[in-house]
Amino acid sequence: MTVLAAVKSDALPEVASQSSAAIVKLPQPKRRPGRHPAFAGQVLASVVPPLLVITLILIVWQIACGDPASLFPGPLSIWEQSRELIVDPFFNRGGVDKGLFWHVSTSLSRVAIGFSMAALAGVLLGVWIGANKWALRAFDPVFQVLRTVPPLAWLPISLALFREAQPSALFVIFITSIWPVIINTAVGIRNLPQDYLNVGRVLRLSSAEMFFRIMAPAATPYIFTGLRIGIGMSWLAIVASEMLLGGVGIGFFIWDQYNASRISDIIVALIWVGLVGYALDRFVALLGRFASRGTAAS
Amino acid sequence: MSSYLSIENVSVTFQRAGVVSDVLRSISLAIEQGEYVSIIGHSGCGKSTLLNVVGGLVAPVSGGVILDRREVAGPGPERAIVFQNHSLLPWLSCYENVRLAVDKVFGRTKSRAERHDWTMHNLQLVQMTHAAAKRPGEISGGMKQRVGIARALAMEPKVLLLDEPFGALDALTRASLQEAVSEIHARVGCTILMITHDVDEAVFLSDRIVMMTNGPAAIIGEILDIVLPRPRCRVAMLEEPRFNQYRQKVLDFLYSRHAARAA
Repeated sequence: MTVLAAVKSDALPEVASQSSAAIVKLPQPKRRPGRHPAFAGQVLASVVPPLLVITLILIVWQIACGDPASLFPGPLSIWEQSRELIVDPFFNRGGVDKGLFWHVSTSLSRVAIGFSMAALAGVLLGVWIGANKWALRAFDPVFQVLRTVPPLAWLPISLALFREAQPSALFVIFITSIWPVIINTAVGIRNLPQDYLNVGRVLRLSSAEMFFRIMAPAATPYIFTGLRIGIGMSWLAIVASEMLLGGVGIGFFIWDQYNASRISDIIVALIWVGLVGYALDRFVALLGRFASRGTAAS
Repeated sequence: MSSYLSIENVSVTFQRAGVVSDVLRSISLAIEQGEYVSIIGHSGCGKSTLLNVVGGLVAPVSGGVILDRREVAGPGPERAIVFQNHSLLPWLSCYENVRLAVDKVFGRTKSRAERHDWTMHNLQLVQMTHAAAKRPGEISGGMKQRVGIARALAMEPKVLLLDEPFGALDALTRASLQEAVSEIHARVGCTILMITHDVDEAVFLSDRIVMMTNGPAAIIGEILDIVLPRPRCRVAMLEEPRFNQYRQKVLDFLYSRHAARAA
């Protein structure tokens, strides 16, 4: 934060001197001295507090569940019982006896396919609905109702429609993650500032130019808000639906370990689920920051 | 009679919830090439609407606008607008904001290098080359408005339309921007139509001040010629008796004869 503040306060005083200005050369992007130590300090400041909290949680957990007779394993007994699972995510003994990396990557590939379809269809539909006052009025209540349907509630319909695990899983991801994408895109298009459109009109932009130069970039932060919510929901959907569908995948792994009464393996898998979900969210947020050239919050 | 820019019998009505209200009634105004004309009036008198009619963003119900012997139909770069809230596109740098306009207007007639030079030239006119690579979010309000002016100038407009361009700025920034516009007007010799509600600003910058009566159905109340030598110096103006006379006339029109109704 301190680095940012320093940059801003450097830039402002130039206002005062500008009326007497001669021609000023374009500034070279300059490296500030002392930037690296400051950066290192920032990293420390954001890494140390969570590390402390995690250590604290582990200690409390160990104290609470350390008793060997406890129904719920503590951190140390998890480490003993599931060491292979933690240390080697890449083992593969055929069938469903695989390292967590393989289960997660199967789930991720399902999310990738289902969510890409949802993103594409959602953005296109959202643009159409946002640009069309009557479409918005007509569809909005329908979307608002459908978006509250929990992912698992779609599964029986999906199975009845597709009769196979893989397409059913994809459909559940698609149908749960498309609503936030549609709704946020439509809001973004709807909230386009009239001034931006007027700039485009004065410049006589064609409708294609108007879309790609004005409307799409202006709506990008909204679109990525929708995509972030959407990818979070698809991760929820896939873990839940894999539990019921079987085969390979992190959701199925959790269910399988439950049936085998291996609670410690389930906990390791849960940590993976959380970390991957977090990574997915950061990935889409970064993508959004890149695509909106810094105007989207991340 | 053929003026460079002529507004002829323009009437505008707005329809809201089925109620039709007159905004402008039969406004006529002739502006010569290179002239700096300000339109002043209380808020809600329809002065911005008049500017938008010239800009082509609002279509009049009757009458029309003729610029350089051509009737205005819809917006276009030959009537560049500087918006009150700058309206820079936040995802583009200052340079790219101006360049977008340059590419659109001169894409066919200028080479890539010429368009770059023209973009930089216009940023230089408003003394903003130092912030060319910055995004609008990274510069101050006054600087944003300068870039907005550069973007409008870069379209090489026949008439530059300023819609309360300094309204959102603090007094000191406003003064320095007024000087910048005055200097550009002298250098480029463009025709300027400006909306304002600041009496000093109107007298300081204009060749003529058009005073509008209160809406609804506003009309032009009076037109005042400002005969003051250019370049005008802000400090010297304070001792110039004519400057104060002009100020008084405008103030008298706005506050004695056409006082704003209680809001």
